[in-house]
Amino acid sequence: MLRGLLPALSLALVLIAIAWLNPRAISYFGFNLMLNLAIPIALATIAQMFVIAGNELDLSIGTFVGFVGCVTATWLRDAPLGGILVLLGAIGVYALLGALIHLRNLPSIVVTLGMSFVWQGLAVLVLPKPGGKAPDWLLAIMSFKPPYVPFPILAALVIAIVVHFGLMRTSYGVILRGSGGNAAALRRAGWSLLKTKIALFALTGLFGVLSGMALIGITTSADANIGNGYTLLSIAGVILGGGEFVGGRVSPIGAVLGALTLALAASPLLTFMHIPPDWQVAANGAILIIVLAARVLISRRER
Amino acid sequence: MASLRMLLEKPWIWSFAGALVVWLATIAFTGGYGAGGMVTAALSLAVFTVIVGVGQMFVITLGPGNVDLSLPANIGLASAVAMKVMGGSDSMIVVGLLAALACGAAIGAINYLLIWALRIPPIIATLSASFIIQSVDISYGRGLQIKPPPGFADFTNLQVLGIPVLAMLTVVFTVGAALALQRMIYGRSVLAIGQNIRAAWLAGVNVGRVRFLTYTLCGALGGIDGALLAGYFRGANVDIGNEYLLASIAVVVIGGTSVAGGKANVPGVWGAGLFLVLLLTMLNTFGVSAGVRLVLTGLIIVGVITAAGGEKAVR
Repeated sequence: MLRGLLPALSLALVLIAIAWLNPRAISYFGFNLMLNLAIPIALATIAQMFVIAGNELDLSIGTFVGFVGCVTATWLRDAPLGGILVLLGAIGVYALLGALIHLRNLPSIVVTLGMSFVWQGLAVLVLPKPGGKAPDWLLAIMSFKPPYVPFPILAALVIAIVVHFGLMRTSYGVILRGSGGNAAALRRAGWSLLKTKIALFALTGLFGVLSGMALIGITTSADANIGNGYTLLSIAGVILGGGEFVGGRVSPIGAVLGALTLALAASPLLTFMHIPPDWQVAANGAILIIVLAARVLISRRER
Repeated sequence: MASLRMLLEKPWIWSFAGALVVWLATIAFTGGYGAGGMVTAALSLAVFTVIVGVGQMFVITLGPGNVDLSLPANIGLASAVAMKVMGGSDSMIVVGLLAALACGAAIGAINYLLIWALRIPPIIATLSASFIIQSVDISYGRGLQIKPPPGFADFTNLQVLGIPVLAMLTVVFTVGAALALQRMIYGRSVLAIGQNIRAAWLAGVNVGRVRFLTYTLCGALGGIDGALLAGYFRGANVDIGNEYLLASIAVVVIGGTSVAGGKANVPGVWGAGLFLVLLLTMLNTFGVSAGVRLVLTGLIIVGVITAAGGEKAVR
C-alpha cells in the first residue's frame, strides 16, 4: 500500500522543499516556469515504460526524441505532409525493431544502443546546425494557458489518465503487460508474443514522437543533441514511478509522477537551495538513490 | 577441413573477420596506401576499448541485467585524478596510476554496495552512481589543465616496429583475463553465477563476494583506462570517457559474449575493438559526412548483432 504511494510521496516531498525554500514558486506562474520541460519528459518516460513493460529497455529514446525534434522543426513546418509521413515511418521502424528483437531473440539493449547512433546520425543529416522553427500550431498548443491549472500539470494529468486506462484497464493492456509478466503463459493461452512486442515498441515510438514534438513546441527551435539526456531521465522516471525492469510491473501514473519529480528536481529546486550547477546532476542521482532506499525499507516492513 | 570448421564455430572469429574485411575495403579504396599505419592506429585506439570491454564483459557475464553504466563517468574522474596526482612530474607516474586504479576500484565497490544494499537492478545503481561521479568530476576537474608527465605521455604513444607498446601490454593483460576466466576459481564462479545464480549459490559459490569483486574489477579497469587515455591524449577531460559506454557494451556483444550471461569470450573483445576502430577509419577514409557515419555505424552494429543472433533463452 505504502509502496504504491511512494512516487506521490517523493513528488510531495520535493514540492514541500520548494515551498519551504521559496513560497512564491508555488503559484500559477511558478509552476509554469518550473515544470516547463515536464511534458516532454513525461511523454518520454511513458515511451520508455512501454518497452520496460515487455522486459526490454530502449537506450535510443533520447536520440530518437532529438531526431523527432529536428524533423518537427524543419519538415513538419515546411512540408507538413512529408513531415507527418517521416514521423509515421519512424514509428514503423520502432514496430519493426520490436519484431526483429522478438524473432531473432536479440538483446534490446544492444539493438537500441545501435539505433541510438542511427537516430543521432539522421538528426544531424536533417538539421546539421542548431536551428529550425516549430510549426505555429504546435507553438500555440504548447503555450496554451488554461485558467487556474498550469498547463504542464493539466497535460501530465491527461497523459497519466489516458495511458492508465489504456494499459491498466483494457483487456489488451493486460495482455501487453502479461508479455513481460509471464510470456510462456501468454503464449500457451494463444496470444501472439510477436504482436505484443510490436505493439509495445510501436507505442514507444508513438510516445517518443509526441515527446519530441512537445519539446520543440517549448524550445521553438531544435538541435540534433537536444534529446540526449532523455534516455537516462526516462529510465529513471519509470523506476522512480514504481516500475520494475522485469515482470511487466509498471505504473503509468507513477511514471508521470516520477517524470514530474525529476523535472522539478532537475534545476529549479536546486537553484533555490543554492546548490551550484556542478552538483545538480549529482542531486538527480541522490534523489534516485534515496527513493529506492525508501522503497527497500517499505517493502521490507510490508513483507 | 575439420580444423577450419572448428575455427568457424568459435564465436570470436566473426569479429576478427569483420575487422579484416573493413581493413581490406579501406586499403582497396586507398590503393594500398597507409595499410600499415592504419593497423598501428587501430591497435593504439582499440586498446582503450579493450581494457574497459574486458571489465564490462566480466560484469555482463554475471547474468541478465548486469551492466556497468558508470564507466564513462569513472573514466573521466580517474583521468583527472591521475593527472592531478602525477602533477606533470615523471617521478609520480606510478603513484598516479595507482591513484587512478584505486579511484576506479572504489567506484566499482560503491556500485556493488548500492546494488547489494538497496537491492536495485545494476542498471539503475550504476546509473545513479554515474550521475554523482559526473558531478564530482565536474567540480574536481574544473579548469584542470595539467599535462601528463612527458615520460608518461611518451610511454602511452611508444611504438616498437609499428606496434604500440600499450597494445602489447594489453594483449598480455587479456591473456591473463582469459586464463582467469577459464582456469581460475574466480572466473569459473563468474560463469557459474551467470548461468544460474541459484545453482551457483547452492553449489557453494560465494555469490556476493564474486559479484563484489567483479564490479570492483570493472571499476578498476575503468580507472586505469582513464589514466592511460589522459596520457595518450595529453590531458584529462570530463568527456574523455563518453564514447566508452556504448563501445564497452558493443565490443562485448559483437565479440561473442552472451548478453544473457554465463558465456564469455575474451579474444572476441579484441576482434570487436579493432572492428569498431577500423570501421570508423574506413568511413572517414571514404569521406562520408558525420551524419552518414553515425547512421552506418549504428546500422552495422544492429546488423552484426542480428547476424550473430541471440541464442534461445534457456528457461
